Amino acid sequence: MGKKLLLKNDHIPYIHKLSVYREHGGYSVLEKTLKTMTPDAVVEEVKKSGLRGRGGAGFPTGLKWSFLAKPEGVARYLVCNADESEPGTFKDRYLMERHPHLLIEGMIAASFALGANTSYIYIRGEYFYVARILEQAVAEAYEAGILGQNILGTGYNLDLHVQIGAGAYICGEETALLESLEGKRGNPRIKPPFPAIEGLYGCPTVVNNVETIMAVVPILELSGDEYAKIGLGKSAGTKLISASGHINNPGVYEIEMGITVEDFIYSQEYCGGIKGGRKLKAVVAGGSSVPILPADLILKTANGEPRLMTYESLGEGGFISGTMMGSGGFIVMDEDTSIVKNLYTFARFYHHESCGQCSPCREGTGWMEKIIGKILDGHGTLQDIDLLWDIQSKIEGKTICPLGEAAAWPVAAAIRHFRSEFEEYVTKPDSIKDIKHYYRLQN
Amino acid sequence: MPIVTIDDIKIEVPEGTSILQAARMIGGDIVPPTMCYYSSLKTSGGYCRTCIVKVEQGSAKDPRPIPKPVASCRTTVMDGMVVRNITSPENLEARAGVVEFLLLNHPLDCPVCDQAGECHLQDLSYENGKSETRYEFPRREFDPIDIGDKIKLHMNRCILCYRCVKVADQITDGRCHGVINRGEAAEISTYIEQAIDNDFSGNVIDVCPVGALTDKTFRFKSRVWYTKPLDAHRDCKKCSGKVRLWYQGEEVLRVTARKDEWGEVEKNEAGNADWICNECRFDKKEAKDWTIDGPTKVDRHSVISANHYEGLKMIKADTLRMMGAKPHGIKVELGEGALDPNNK
Amino acid sequence: MTTEQIVFKTEILALAHKLMKRYPEGKHKSALIPILHLAQAEFGGWLSPPTMDYVASVLNIAPIEVYETASFYSMFNLKPVGKCLIEVCRTSSCWLCGAEDIIEHIEKTLHISVGETTSDGMFTLKAVECLGSCGTAPMMQVGADYHENLTIEKVDTLLKDFKSENKQSRYC
Ligand SMILES: Cc1cc2nc3c(=O)[nH]c(=O)nc-3n(C[C@H](O)[C@H](O)[C@H](O)COP(=O)(O)O)c2cc1C
Ligand code: SF4
Ligand code: FES
Ligand code: FES
Repeated sequence: MGKKLLLKNDHIPYIHKLSVYREHGGYSVLEKTLKTMTPDAVVEEVKKSGLRGRGGAGFPTGLKWSFLAKPEGVARYLVCNADESEPGTFKDRYLMERHPHLLIEGMIAASFALGANTSYIYIRGEYFYVARILEQAVAEAYEAGILGQNILGTGYNLDLHVQIGAGAYICGEETALLESLEGKRGNPRIKPPFPAIEGLYGCPTVVNNVETIMAVVPILELSGDEYAKIGLGKSAGTKLISASGHINNPGVYEIEMGITVEDFIYSQEYCGGIKGGRKLKAVVAGGSSVPILPADLILKTANGEPRLMTYESLGEGGFISGTMMGSGGFIVMDEDTSIVKNLYTFARFYHHESCGQCSPCREGTGWMEKIIGKILDGHGTLQDIDLLWDIQSKIEGKTICPLGEAAAWPVAAAIRHFRSEFEEYVTKPDSIKDIKHYYRLQN
Repeated sequence: MPIVTIDDIKIEVPEGTSILQAARMIGGDIVPPTMCYYSSLKTSGGYCRTCIVKVEQGSAKDPRPIPKPVASCRTTVMDGMVVRNITSPENLEARAGVVEFLLLNHPLDCPVCDQAGECHLQDLSYENGKSETRYEFPRREFDPIDIGDKIKLHMNRCILCYRCVKVADQITDGRCHGVINRGEAAEISTYIEQAIDNDFSGNVIDVCPVGALTDKTFRFKSRVWYTKPLDAHRDCKKCSGKVRLWYQGEEVLRVTARKDEWGEVEKNEAGNADWICNECRFDKKEAKDWTIDGPTKVDRHSVISANHYEGLKMIKADTLRMMGAKPHGIKVELGEGALDPNNK
Repeated sequence: MTTEQIVFKTEILALAHKLMKRYPEGKHKSALIPILHLAQAEFGGWLSPPTMDYVASVLNIAPIEVYETASFYSMFNLKPVGKCLIEVCRTSSCWLCGAEDIIEHIEKTLHISVGETTSDGMFTLKAVECLGSCGTAPMMQVGADYHENLTIEKVDTLLKDFKSENKQSRYC
């Protein structure tokens, strides 16, 4: 069994309740931190731990915290990004539903480190029932003197609120999230200024993913140095992976970074192999926006080394032969899957989720969806494939926020690795229609 | 003061200057085109992405290039920054892509559009675009609506530059004009198509870079290029009273604010835009209302500058070619001699 | 629904005011989205213009500000929907696990297509994007409830139950 940090108490019934959480050591790390450490010392531990943001970009958390501006007399905010809407990703939901107090403990410790006295958890609107669980946990914590004034008798004050969204993937982008939290449309802001200087209500703000914030608790428990020893190299610690698609055991897994992709897919401890004993065709390893890889390249790098579940190994080969850890949304496709159809669901998604502010994304995402749809319907031409390639290249990097890239990359990767399948749709539309190229329930 | 190099031309600029402003200080064809930035509207710019440039060197201190193109209108120069606009083929290609996106859902109804001849999108596509569209799907369509009795909104033509929203927000009070819906479905809307009833609401027409917001009191009366612009003024209690009159023969067809070489409303000595009030714009259409200051100098937009009919013909031809290239959308019939500028 | 009826019940209004106090002085517009959720649940499952105007008056902001925000988010219905809104995920993982069969089956059973409402006004069917339940695909959301690992039989039972209990879907 691999090392468990966030899910170490996952088997304990009612761990979402404050009393049970405390019985199993909950909030003792917080108490020790507030009583014995300075805020700067907490930031230092997080830096030492090598923790990288778990929301998708993998930016070193300690470094991000150290950028926070600290002008005299201006409030600072910590906002937890619980918008989790990247297709294939559902680990934050699992974490919040089952371990709300771990998130609260992390929020208090992180807010203390950043000097924030008000913090928000922004959760996607569809997770209403999870928000209720969080709200109950927050209420329990207030009652027990863990939130509010003079937390655990230490003189530190923090108000924590759960803010609900209303259906918009773009609100996972941190500046769109802040706009939404201010009651506005979820339009990403034009940067600079960055949130660390001007964030929520124009005040210095840090936005962190749910899993990132939870990881602060084991870091403070073990010390930054000890945490850094877990995992492999710059991929320190454990990572939550959301596994879905054609596997025997879909679900959320906490892995120690460094295990092989092959082990993750095939071992009984994790995905348990491909459903029905079929062959693996492709994997989207880090949520819908990261490049899809065919079986050979996801299991082994281009140099024939086994690919590992680390930021570095998944990224090896760049976009030519590699992919990204992203948010850890691991979607597995078996030999019968239509890559074109899968891509269509992604393209439709990004079109649906574009905020509409900047022209390349507003116009380009819909155009790509339409062309892929046309190819799927058997009306495509070979030029359409080239056109698709050209459009994605003209969106990538030209937009206000990275949704442009998120929409472009999957298209580029699908064409790069599965061009022949696109061509088959174009040249043999009839034979494609006969083959059930996509999955039905009974399979 | 920081020194920046744009297309191999060096210039020293005040701290906080954007790349675009620095380029405008240099002038000429290295100035990136702009569709959404408007210097007198706070927080404008950044949306359309036409002004993108390549930053080859971030600054003297940190000479690394910026990996993606940046919006020059919203990027501040750093000392030692090296920027490429028209000297980077890659940048021009990227811009052509942006132009194609902007035109994707645009109806290209220039022959029936009031803005034709002074449309920034027309200029942009002429100077930076490709002449054919590769888009073969039906275009987005909206019905034209009236915003009060003086302003018409043709949402089909809107490029979502947000300039009118910023005017509504920053120079009129009680905003009732904004953007609703999301993504490709986003549209400019007034609160239940309410009349924008405000002394300065007419300025949304002047800031609109395309023919989406037009002056109903001018519509269909004439084509811009048949009218003669004169600068004039009157004593007005509400605004500066400094306007541009658009004459046809002896008749004032239209009143607008005066625009500078970037197509923006001119600024006074204090650096504030001389917005005009609705009374000057919509209600003073008699020659006797005005004191003439002299003919308008138009130097940038080739189409309306006097005797540039050659350029006009080319633009129209180009527009027609684009229209011919698209399988869907409106068909516009052009009679004999439609391309002849002397034909009225 | 006439304008007169659009007034929050006392306890809901109190809740709205409480929400507005969670933000710093002058930043109460932050409560707009939570309050729109309350309004949608209270006033027939959608946000009519009078409902949005009412929310604007509660928050003391311009109505256009409510329109701008409400129309951006996919969970806010700006047109009437059936009493019970069924939202089936159709994105990658759910599609891989048979979401299209689920959607087709619901369409056939209720005699409507995606985006439509049954003639009795009971059900509206929507196909939606990933709801963060990919590991338990295929899935659908009805109000605040997630129904996961769907099969045809499971869907049949659910639809029957919704019908018999005259279920109103509410997120909150
Ligand atoms: C389009 C888009 C969607 C995103 N969605 C999420 C999300 O749902 N959850 C998340 O934590 N980060 C998301 N991010 C990343 C955030 O912008 C931000 O980088 C992250 O919350 C930072 O937290 P971290 O450093 O702890 O990862 C998204 C980014 C983009 C561009
Ligand atoms: S990339 Fe898309 S989502 Fe991001 S700002 Fe531009 S239009 Fe909005
Ligand atoms: S002018 Fe700079 S982005 Fe539009
Ligand atoms: S793909 Fe359906 S819930 Fe994620």
